Amino acid sequence: MSVRSRPGATAWLLAVYAFLYVPILCLIVFSFTAGEITTQLDGFSLRWYAELARDEELIGAVLLSLRVGALAATAAVVVGTAAAFVLARFGRYPGSAAFAGMTTAPMVMPEVVIGLSLVLLFTHPLFASLGGRGVAAIWAAHTTLCTAYVTVLVQSRLREMDRSLEEAALDLGCPPFKVFFVITVPVIAPALLAGWLLAFTLSMDDFVLAAMLSDPGSTTLPVLVFARLHHGLKPEINALATVIVVLVSLAVVVANRAMLSAQRKRAAALRHAAGISPTAAPTVTLSSPDMRR
Amino acid sequence: MTRRRFVLARGRFWTGLLPWAWMLLFFALPFALIVKVSLSTPELAIPPYVPPFVMEPGELLPHFRPDFTSYRRLHDEVLALGTPAADLQYLSAWGGSLLLAALTTLLCLLIGYPFAYHIARSREAARNTLLMLVMLPFWTSFLLRVYAWMVLLDSSELGLINRLLLAAGLVDAPLQLLYNQGAVLVGMVYSYLPFMVLPLYANLVKLDQRLLEAAADLGARPWTTFLRVTLPLSRRGIVAGAMLVFIPAVGEFVIPDLLGGGDVLMIGRRIWEDFGPNQDWPMAAAVAVTMVLVLLAPIVLLHRHGRANGDDGEAGP
Repeated sequence: MSVRSRPGATAWLLAVYAFLYVPILCLIVFSFTAGEITTQLDGFSLRWYAELARDEELIGAVLLSLRVGALAATAAVVVGTAAAFVLARFGRYPGSAAFAGMTTAPMVMPEVVIGLSLVLLFTHPLFASLGGRGVAAIWAAHTTLCTAYVTVLVQSRLREMDRSLEEAALDLGCPPFKVFFVITVPVIAPALLAGWLLAFTLSMDDFVLAAMLSDPGSTTLPVLVFARLHHGLKPEINALATVIVVLVSLAVVVANRAMLSAQRKRAAALRHAAGISPTAAPTVTLSSPDMRR
Repeated sequence: MTRRRFVLARGRFWTGLLPWAWMLLFFALPFALIVKVSLSTPELAIPPYVPPFVMEPGELLPHFRPDFTSYRRLHDEVLALGTPAADLQYLSAWGGSLLLAALTTLLCLLIGYPFAYHIARSREAARNTLLMLVMLPFWTSFLLRVYAWMVLLDSSELGLINRLLLAAGLVDAPLQLLYNQGAVLVGMVYSYLPFMVLPLYANLVKLDQRLLEAAADLGARPWTTFLRVTLPLSRRGIVAGAMLVFIPAVGEFVIPDLLGGGDVLMIGRRIWEDFGPNQDWPMAAAVAVTMVLVLLAPIVLLHRHGRANGDDGEAGP
């Protein structure tokens, strides 16, 4: 009854992976050219990597993007966790549906529309006097967009976590604020980390919002790359792509390994605690919060 | 008891304050501004519009004097539909966007469904790696992935695909591969494929194998089993994936700008141009309002759909 190892399936998988990876591999290969042309290997050299390292405008843009990304991701985790708490724990109250809609809408809204709406906000006379467009505006825009994603991630974690720990602490007289930081945060920490990383990537990668909200002093990396793509192709962009792909791949592989080993450890600990045979690996079933309500 | 309830209510207030304030300030208010500006008059000023609120001397509250010019332009185009030589700038952009987004969604589904299916059916140990390989391009820069296609499709004799074709003797002159609808479509499918694969995989991996075995035991051919068991059971994955691809694809601006020629009209590009070079913010805002209204319908439907079936959450990356 096995449906495994059929040649058609393997071929399809290989074809789609080729579709996904061949363009990226081409970028990497031609980053090592010595010539000026992005599709021709005129000898091997690291010339374009040297140019990359000397390109101060680009390095400035990278640093700005990193800064905005880190700040936006941090803010998004704070706002998103609070929003997730409101959504997962407070039940229904007047306005709760509107709140749920507002927090997740940025995820399903075309970026051009979000960008336009925020430009209108930041160019409004009231906001223009507070600084208008610029780095702070980009940060606020990214935080708003990323909050939606963080909220969804953290909310699902909050819903599936075992609340008996929190309830025990509350019953023993621990103030709610302390319960949150001592019990809830450590339990949902993986979701917070995943949310931060996702928010950071989204912010680093965003062009539309950053371009609409940038002023001359706030060119993030995607805005700069976009401008350069309109000025003709140079192997320097290939070198930049290679650096990004290598860094991201390393980060993803490491994060994946860490997550898997943490999962295995948790499963092992649970088995150990329950004293059951390792073959019957338990999926972590926790009492559903809906049952208790 | 009353005291505890009071404490609870106070806790709720303070916890909710930050996200509520943030979303009202950076989502709801800007949205109200879009509606306001869409009813304004364009003007050479900073910002380039005259608000629809007029303050009369001696009055306490401003008068609301909306300018419907922007909406009227859209309306007139709808009326002019079918008449020859009509200048349908916005309507054709809408048509182009919807068509391209629909084609993108369809192609992503056709490529992504068997792909997600086979990943879900592969050995458990391999699944994680296979899925990670789908996610990896998603984590690298979006713009640089589009750039990769600019290099591949380049229409001069230096373009990578053109060089291969010329070297193989299949063509005599380089083909015009870049700056047309096809290039945009390839770029869109390439960029949005992971958004289709992930929800489909999340759905298909949960499919109960015993149902397929039961169908086979009862004499159903594999193809019948697929059409009558697997496909209906994965409906929710399909709907979620289609929404995740279709909605951003309609508003897409970057891909048509970089891979499409001047004749590739898309509504996201129109908004961008009205906002940027044309400096017609009321028009850009009016188009944005219609875009939200058009896209709101499928979102609401999806939401209802998810509710009715007991939503099982998104497929997080």
